[in-house]
Amino acid sequence: MKIGKNLFPVLTLILILTTGISLTFGKYPVAFPDMIRFFLYKVLNVGYVAPETYHLLGSLFLDIRLPRILAAVLIGASLSVSGAAFQAMFVNPLVSPSLLGVLAGASFGAALGMVFSKSWLTVQVLTFTFGFVAVLISVGIARIHKGDTILLLVLGGVISGALFTSLLSIIKYIADPYNQLPAITQWLMGGLSFVDGRILLAIGIPQVLSIILVILFSGYLNALSMGDEEARALGISVEWIRMLLIFLATLMSALTVVLAGMIGWVGLIIPHIARMLVGPDNKVLIPVCALIGAIYLIIVDDVSRMLFSVEIPIGITTSLIGIPFFAIILRKAKKGWN
Amino acid sequence: MELKPLIRVEGLSFGYTQKIVLNDVNLTIAEGEIVTLLGPNGCGKSTLLKIMLGLLRPARGRVFFSDRDILHVSPKFLAKEIAYVPQIHKSSFPYAVMDIALMGRIPHKTFFFRYSKADMSIAHDALERLSISHLANRAYTEISGGERQLTLIARALAQGAKTFIMDEPASGLDYGNQLRLLDQIIKLSREGYTFIKSTHSPEHALWIADRAVMIKNGAIVSDGKCDDIINDESLFRLYNARVNVLRLNGSLRVCVPETICGCQEFAKSLWMSQDIMEPPGDMMQSKREAVPVKEDHKNAEI
Repeated sequence: MKIGKNLFPVLTLILILTTGISLTFGKYPVAFPDMIRFFLYKVLNVGYVAPETYHLLGSLFLDIRLPRILAAVLIGASLSVSGAAFQAMFVNPLVSPSLLGVLAGASFGAALGMVFSKSWLTVQVLTFTFGFVAVLISVGIARIHKGDTILLLVLGGVISGALFTSLLSIIKYIADPYNQLPAITQWLMGGLSFVDGRILLAIGIPQVLSIILVILFSGYLNALSMGDEEARALGISVEWIRMLLIFLATLMSALTVVLAGMIGWVGLIIPHIARMLVGPDNKVLIPVCALIGAIYLIIVDDVSRMLFSVEIPIGITTSLIGIPFFAIILRKAKKGWN
Repeated sequence: MELKPLIRVEGLSFGYTQKIVLNDVNLTIAEGEIVTLLGPNGCGKSTLLKIMLGLLRPARGRVFFSDRDILHVSPKFLAKEIAYVPQIHKSSFPYAVMDIALMGRIPHKTFFFRYSKADMSIAHDALERLSISHLANRAYTEISGGERQLTLIARALAQGAKTFIMDEPASGLDYGNQLRLLDQIIKLSREGYTFIKSTHSPEHALWIADRAVMIKNGAIVSDGKCDDIINDESLFRLYNARVNVLRLNGSLRVCVPETICGCQEFAKSLWMSQDIMEPPGDMMQSKREAVPVKEDHKNAEI
């Protein structure tokens, strides 16, 4: 439990280092000292970099690599934070952000956009919208029935997820098999190569805001995970706070799909690792999840880019790295819950 | 006792579409009382407790806390006055005992909050009062059932509430921990805390409660001082089980099921000499034919 306080500076340092080192990776490798020299010149105007190199490195770092790495940071943090929040809210350590169908809905939206529209913006809007629609359906199903809200929400999520998975199959079936189908399939595997500075800014702001809000609300998560009645007896407006947290988690996760398609497993694995490190107290756990998730996704993206001459979709890499890792730590992770 | 009324339940009814759970319940609880709700499974005890906590909305009737309708006060206000001590449970996450006690501070915090030094020390004091401060950093899932129950009571203390509502607090505890729990309740009650608890064990009421409220089929069937209303007949009516309420050492009373109590000789020897340790040797054999003996000694004691 003591480890928690010292971990923040350590993790922040690791995050900065990972970001820096990852900037040097790529088809056009840059030596680490060269990169330092570039940024010293760029930011502090210290030292000297030849104009030609300066422009080359400028576009390489700032236009290509940095947006991609920042996107990895945002996505990793968002998925981990929403996963941890869901696990506490639903009193179940095996829950992931996809529980209420957000990823299924968003995938359907993306596929729908790719088939019926040429505009990339439409695809993104549809992705985001259907992510929310799927969660609204889950919540709606839970609301029209009386009973154990948590159980009903989980069932609502199963129904909504199944619905959008079948709708996605319909879209795939009617999609043009030469152009659209491969595009949809590749999108669903996830990838950070479409990210540019503009979209990063548009998506990054709401994402960062929701992460901060969830961290601010994290004090309620402990009490929520003791069950509705106890939480309400502690004076918490359970329904209200839960809906707010579901909204924030949905916002974050839907935006990750807009940025980079489907990326699985992060939201399940990272909270477990974080819990092993700092224990279950959500006030510490949630911010730690954000940092570890960010670091993890940068590394996984590096692997995706560097391992073979062709980039591997990041959704595949997260699963391939995450699953064996999870299998190995499962015994230790069990201590983090029961 | 001239105590002022703290909680007033008026004409309370509650039910689901098919089933009436509570029907026109009236109850007044005074400050500092220990009130025990007795009744068979499904009689409505838990529902009544939950309505008093504001967790369930009654279909009809109202609950007043210090003359204020609890539906018209904020949940936070109520949480500062009335604390809920649930049955022990296993939480899914191994929160430290201190983390659980700190949850009691939530009603005192603003919307976005971090626990302050003051909260920490209040939570720590609460653990201290129940002599479990050495467990502060232990995981709630790894301590014993009795310790978990004390942790939940510590949370209620940290909440700052003076009224504790406990739903079958002794269930799931071993015998020693049940006794220690009752002991804590007596101690806190002397400090002015009010307890409303449900139990399956009439003896717990006889030992520590001032007052018992018997509930059957959603209605209060009797309400009064434990010594006055807990007897063979009322327990038979309540639980449909034959039990002898025997007097030991003047004031203390125990419940002994008639099937075990056996013959008149045994019941008498227990009642007159207070010699529980040496039951008559033939007690086991004479179990069955002993049913019609209870009248005389029971009348004698009341």
